[in-house]
Amino acid sequence: MKATTKDVSMTIPHLVQRFTKETHDTFTLELVPPAGNTEFSFNAGQFNMLYLYGVGEVPISISGDPDDGSKIVHTVRAYGAVTSRMMALTKEDWIGIRGPFGNHWPIEKFTGYDILLAAGGIGVAPLRPVLYYILSQREKYGRVTLLYGERTPVDLIYRSQIEKWRGRFDLEIFVTVDSARERWRGDVGVVTTLIPKARIDPANTLALLCGPEMMMYYTIKELSKEGVSDDRMYISMERNMKCGCGFCGHCQVGPKFVCRDGPVFLFKEFKHLFWKREM
Amino acid sequence: MKKTEKILAEHPFFEGLASNLLKTIASCATNVSYTAGQVIYHEGDMADQFLLILDGKVAIEIFSAERGSLIIKTVGSGEVLGWSWLFPPYLRRFDARALKKTSAIALDGKVLREKAEADHRLGYELLKRFSNVVVDRLKATSLQLLDIYGKHA
Amino acid sequence: MVKYPLKVNDEAVLEPEGFQQLLAILKKYGYQTVGPRIRDSAIVLDELDSIYDLPVGWKDTQDAGTYHLEKSGAPDLFGYTLGPHSWKKYLHPSDLLLWRAKSTNNGFEIISERHNAPKYAFLGVRACELNAIALFDKVFETADFYDPIYKSGRKKVFIVAVNCTRPGGTCFCASMNTGPKAKFGFDIALTEVQGLRKHYFIAQVGSINGIKILSEITYRKAEEEEINLARGVLEDAAAHMGRSLDTSDLKSIFYENFEHHHWDKVAEGCLTCGNCTMVCPTCFCYNVEDSNSIDGEHAERRRKWDSCFTQEFSYIHGGVLRSSAKSQYRQWLTHKLSTGLDQFGTFGCVGCGRCITWCPVGIDITEAAKTILAETDSANRGNHNSVKGLIKESPHEKD
Repeated sequence: MKATTKDVSMTIPHLVQRFTKETHDTFTLELVPPAGNTEFSFNAGQFNMLYLYGVGEVPISISGDPDDGSKIVHTVRAYGAVTSRMMALTKEDWIGIRGPFGNHWPIEKFTGYDILLAAGGIGVAPLRPVLYYILSQREKYGRVTLLYGERTPVDLIYRSQIEKWRGRFDLEIFVTVDSARERWRGDVGVVTTLIPKARIDPANTLALLCGPEMMMYYTIKELSKEGVSDDRMYISMERNMKCGCGFCGHCQVGPKFVCRDGPVFLFKEFKHLFWKREM
Repeated sequence: MKKTEKILAEHPFFEGLASNLLKTIASCATNVSYTAGQVIYHEGDMADQFLLILDGKVAIEIFSAERGSLIIKTVGSGEVLGWSWLFPPYLRRFDARALKKTSAIALDGKVLREKAEADHRLGYELLKRFSNVVVDRLKATSLQLLDIYGKHA
Repeated sequence: MVKYPLKVNDEAVLEPEGFQQLLAILKKYGYQTVGPRIRDSAIVLDELDSIYDLPVGWKDTQDAGTYHLEKSGAPDLFGYTLGPHSWKKYLHPSDLLLWRAKSTNNGFEIISERHNAPKYAFLGVRACELNAIALFDKVFETADFYDPIYKSGRKKVFIVAVNCTRPGGTCFCASMNTGPKAKFGFDIALTEVQGLRKHYFIAQVGSINGIKILSEITYRKAEEEEINLARGVLEDAAAHMGRSLDTSDLKSIFYENFEHHHWDKVAEGCLTCGNCTMVCPTCFCYNVEDSNSIDGEHAERRRKWDSCFTQEFSYIHGGVLRSSAKSQYRQWLTHKLSTGLDQFGTFGCVGCGRCITWCPVGIDITEAAKTILAETDSANRGNHNSVKGLIKESPHEKD
């Protein structure tokens, strides 16, 4: 990547074309750039810095189809001050965007492999663009499996889309929740319990993991037990970000800037930094 | 009997078990099946058997008056249901309900306990395997308790 | 005096009067000269109009947690070392308005800010600081992005470096291979030679711009004896540094000793006051603050210096990742001495010693590093809980 001449500190207002409430604390924004701007392009795994006027800015993964440059899609879970205020957005509101930043899941290099996507909680949102990409070139990949773990059934997002995808013969989707009311007919248990069900072939599988660090930690352990090596697992890291482009220093983990060297990391190259207390 | 032994030998839970021990266990085995929605046991029931699930799905639940039943784990094909038969007071600690049509092998816990006292090798093999189940269940429960997808992840 | 044309790397002699002229010529070319002055009992960086604004005849005594000034009794212009300010004060302002926004009928509009930094002439930049500026150049221009505000201000700067003839009590530039002699990154480098019946400056030309400025002031060709005298003073300074640090294995502090129990000891007493990050010439971390007017009509975004010694620095939804003083101190030290090397190819520390002087409890980065390193030898490697990384040879940046 060469030095961009775009001023990365300038936020560009975008129009909210659509606001969809996914669950009680999660929503999806569809944004369009102002008239005259070029189409937005990104790679799966990248993020934008979203600015809510007068409130603040947060890094949010892009969760739309990389092939569709007409809109910018972000699924947001209300975790803090800015994201909670964002829940009040509606169609025709405006949001500032800086980006895209970060590296991406190098899926163009994964052709021929079986792909396992392991998503925990809102971690399914940064993985959805991967699925769009793979499905658009389905014949280039082997078995494709999505494991998705959430807190409870009411927290599941992309439900209708997942139900539709479930109908495909060339895609396997397993969903589980940490606990459920009695009407739930699906699996209950932490997301790692889905791994044996996926019946992966460790010799040919690449795993892409996204979710809370603890979820990734235990998923890595289970996958390792199944025989998946460290250089076959990719993780997506999250840290406090202010600039999004490697200048402000906040997102560092050891020598890595998560906004610039990540957020996607090959586990083998990040292993010595991962899950280290107070790093 | 031979057929049951074969099924037991192929079940992940008994992987690696010596064939003479398998024979002993098979002698306590019966085939069972449950319809969707059928209650398998309630908390507080006598724990006199454990199930090797062959096919189907069972919900392990806790009941509370205000919230109703909360499913804390589902077990399916290749997994084990029930470990309270091994530890006093031999009473069920949770509810279990079949979510869909489930077929399993039920093993007589009382008889196995007596055989295990007589043959410590059998006892040790059973204890090793069940400790694993309890440890896994404990770890999973801790993770669920931590509510890692929640706001204070 | 015969004027002879100068080339880059040439050395000429300036008498004190020539030095006076230097300031006038810089002013003539529109530079705002900034350099050392005394204020609040310390030598700080501020605007200079004449050489009498400099701390002439002053010297500083520095040690862990202590700093004081006294008259040296000699008329030298640069007989002191460093104060709490560094040139990041000008290159990377501590509080900067990035842009304003205003509410409109159907949303909001960003009003971009014209960042027009003054044309600065930095007078009195020490060799260690040249390395710090070079590091900032690397920080704010990477393979993917550059900071246009930093870049536009930086390219206007004229640098008059001063070689340190008196090493400071907390200095260890010789260990970090960053001084005391300025080797790159300056337009003119001066070595002050002051003694019985002599006072002159050896001026080394560093750039074409340097030639341009020097050509308008009075200088003469340097005699070999004068050059040797200056060289000798610098060598002497290098040999009398206040501190030292073996840099051959600093990377292991992070990669092999991350969970070492000695961190509790070295960070004991750390107040997480953040002084070290404020005075450190290579600390670049900043915070971005969004705010709005009470009526919501206007909003703005500001950039402000930040410090890794705060609870907010590593906050992520739900909690603070580095909350203890120990973890914050470890983050800062390993960034300076270990991980900075992986990020930028040079140590994050230039050996200026400011953090030692200005730490209210006198924590010494060189001592802390030594304490942790003392446990790392071939017998002990891998015995501690280590962060085994891709350990490369520590390259020293060759100037």
